Amino acid sequence: MTDLSMRAEPARAQHVAAPVFAARRIRKAFPGVIALDDVSIDIHAGRVHALMGENGAGKSTMMKIIAGIYFPDHGSLHFKGESIALKSPRDALNRGIAMIHQELNLLPYMTVAENIWIGREPRNLLGLIDHRALNRQTGGLFAQLGIEIDPQVLLGSLSIASRQMVEIAKAVSFDSDLLIMDEPTSAITDKEVEHLFRIIGELRAQGKAIIYITHKMDEVFQIADDISIFRDGHHIVTRKAKEFDKPSLIAAMVGRELTQVFPKMEVEIGKVALAVRNLGRRGGFSNVSFDLRYGEILGVAGLMGSGRTEVMESIFGIYPADEGELLFDGKRRAIRSPQQAIAAGIAFLTEDRKSSGLFLQLSVGENMEISALRRNCVLGFVRQKRVNVSCADMCRQLKVKTPGLQEVIENLSGGNQQKVLLARWLLNKPRILILDEPTRGVDVGAKAEIHTLITQLAREGVAIIMISSELPEVMGMSDRIVVMHEHTVSGILPCAMATQETIMTLASGEQL
Amino acid sequence: MRNSAVLTPDISRPAARTWRVPQETSILLVLIGIALAFEALGWIERGQSFLYNPQGLLIMVLRVSEIGLIAVGVTMIIIAGGIDLSSGSVVALSAMVAGSLAQTSGYGRAVFPGLLDLPVLVPVAAGVLTGGICGLINGSLIVRTGVPPFIVTLGMMVSARGLARYYTHGQPISMFTDAYSAIGSGAKPVAIFLLAALVFHILLRYTRFGKCLYAIGGNVQAARVSGIGVGRNLVAVYTIAGLLTGLAGVVVSARAQTSQSGMGMSYELDAIAAAVIGGTSLAGGVGRITGAVIGALILGVISSGFTFLGIDSYIQEIVKGLIIVAAVIADQYRKRRAR
Repeated sequence: MTDLSMRAEPARAQHVAAPVFAARRIRKAFPGVIALDDVSIDIHAGRVHALMGENGAGKSTMMKIIAGIYFPDHGSLHFKGESIALKSPRDALNRGIAMIHQELNLLPYMTVAENIWIGREPRNLLGLIDHRALNRQTGGLFAQLGIEIDPQVLLGSLSIASRQMVEIAKAVSFDSDLLIMDEPTSAITDKEVEHLFRIIGELRAQGKAIIYITHKMDEVFQIADDISIFRDGHHIVTRKAKEFDKPSLIAAMVGRELTQVFPKMEVEIGKVALAVRNLGRRGGFSNVSFDLRYGEILGVAGLMGSGRTEVMESIFGIYPADEGELLFDGKRRAIRSPQQAIAAGIAFLTEDRKSSGLFLQLSVGENMEISALRRNCVLGFVRQKRVNVSCADMCRQLKVKTPGLQEVIENLSGGNQQKVLLARWLLNKPRILILDEPTRGVDVGAKAEIHTLITQLAREGVAIIMISSELPEVMGMSDRIVVMHEHTVSGILPCAMATQETIMTLASGEQL
Repeated sequence: MRNSAVLTPDISRPAARTWRVPQETSILLVLIGIALAFEALGWIERGQSFLYNPQGLLIMVLRVSEIGLIAVGVTMIIIAGGIDLSSGSVVALSAMVAGSLAQTSGYGRAVFPGLLDLPVLVPVAAGVLTGGICGLINGSLIVRTGVPPFIVTLGMMVSARGLARYYTHGQPISMFTDAYSAIGSGAKPVAIFLLAALVFHILLRYTRFGKCLYAIGGNVQAARVSGIGVGRNLVAVYTIAGLLTGLAGVVVSARAQTSQSGMGMSYELDAIAAAVIGGTSLAGGVGRITGAVIGALILGVISSGFTFLGIDSYIQEIVKGLIIVAAVIADQYRKRRAR
């Protein structure tokens, strides 16, 4: 994809036309996915350059390359006119590139001052840390930025919002020429957002270049001078912020051609299997309501952090809800643990199979049988032969590629591991199947097979919820799509109304 | 279209042709190797056989049985992702409680002058239950408070030892009934140990509870999501280990024909060492009772061998420590190669 970015007109006379930072033809691949494909981009001093795009578009990967965390497979980076090869985040910092991460990298058991200056503390004549200078420096920095936090308190005692301000101050303290901010307002309130924007304004006036990643439309139009859109690992377009409006922004973010064919068949949709009414959990989500019918595939879309997984975790009883109710076949039922959920006929394929799905040290058979043991025991003894036959049967049906049931599951490919987990749940013959990103980290072939499986299950009458960050997948598989935004439901789209634009509009919190 | 016939026709049965070498082979070879080494050294240094010595072997095997009983329980705890440092102290406490109810009349000093000549089932049950209660407390605290098992069982280790001392204000207990002393006579402790090992080997391998332990130790969050009652299973495994430790306490005091609050010192470390040498990973999710049995034997052979050769007991400890580290390194190496 050729670079469509335009050289920005110098906003003020003293700024040079050449970009302070340029990336040329960057390519970065991870096992199974190409995160960045032939990406080139120019960043100019004295301007705020926003980066937008869906989950997985490549924004964070690009920024991590610029900050020295990842190394590009191909391509070159140029900073202040010269070609550079960053060896580490420290290297990037020393050259004048600092990054504020989405996940805060702060040490809760050290003070605010220690956190900011970690690794570059002022020393006294004996070589020991000069704590008075440490606190003085921090005080000075905070005064400059208008932050009112005591440098000597433990970081862990601060609210998340305050911690984010500390992280921002830390990045600014490097006095770098290029400052990258990855979703800096995800955890802070409006008051702090304004404060942050003031700080950004000052940095911009000082001639710093700022890259600002965000999902929030309103912020972008408030703060950005230029906007770049990324999609599927490509840099799509860069224009001055005032040349965009919300609809054109959304269109650029999702405007891909839909070439993938999904095996969605006509399925008779039955009665309501699960009615979710005003479900809420403190700190997770609020006021979530939707119906799920037998035979239906209900897609759940939304940006990262919108609360989709949290809702499903509550329905499945991992973190039970504080308010609202769940009605199964019309009857109210409290689900306070995964066991209760399984007894109610629900199955839940989690988002991250490595952390909450697989028992890596166990075999394929042992992984598959674990949830079905309760029903296959005599006085606590497992009816192993019967279980093995069921598991082998599942392997055949789901086309799991494995030398045998005793193969250690770690040796299987991601797609086959996912199938084994799916088999685990299907052995219980669930009435409601919740899938959280079922094809993440799965190769193309297995992906198609899993899609076919899902539609087949719907045909057999299973009620299916599918969370997915891939718009084509959500659109191709779902009968209806629940879209979440900022921890609540922003809309439910029937298949006919669901386009990439409408989904992204709702996911960004805008009205249709 | 991809060839979907990549599965062997019936994968529910392990392929009959390849007989997989049992996991314990390597440590079995180590055991045999060490035994033979001592045999050779025995002839060189002392001109006599190390192995062909029924008395010596019996003593060794009796000591192995005491540690082994504890190791069976500790192995299950480690498989489930936990650890237990309190075993040695609980042995002492159980020995004291059991001993105090196993005394015979006619010799003067008795702990409970009204409770003499009780049927042997009473002290045995009391000892086993004491251990079980300690295990139950361990498990409950770990599950309910979320405090790491290391800390909770460390606390129990200290408290149980203190309670054992307090029980008779430091006085040893002796003068047991013949029935009680009989428990520790001959090779009965060995039979008790092997029976326990068999029972729990079967439990780990063939019951749902056993499989749940491996799951919890391997990935506790995945276990939770899969519908396993993690808390319940953990309390159960700590309690079972406690019961086994209590039984060990009974055996130790019966065999020694006395109960003293200083008994069982560092038994917990020997038990953990036996489990680890036997292939149980301290990270959890991996381990077998059979391995722990062989591990206990290895420790026992080394101990006996050194005593047989007249080597300083301090050197024994050093060598034991080195062997434990070597066993874990070998285990890591084996795992890395299997990837």
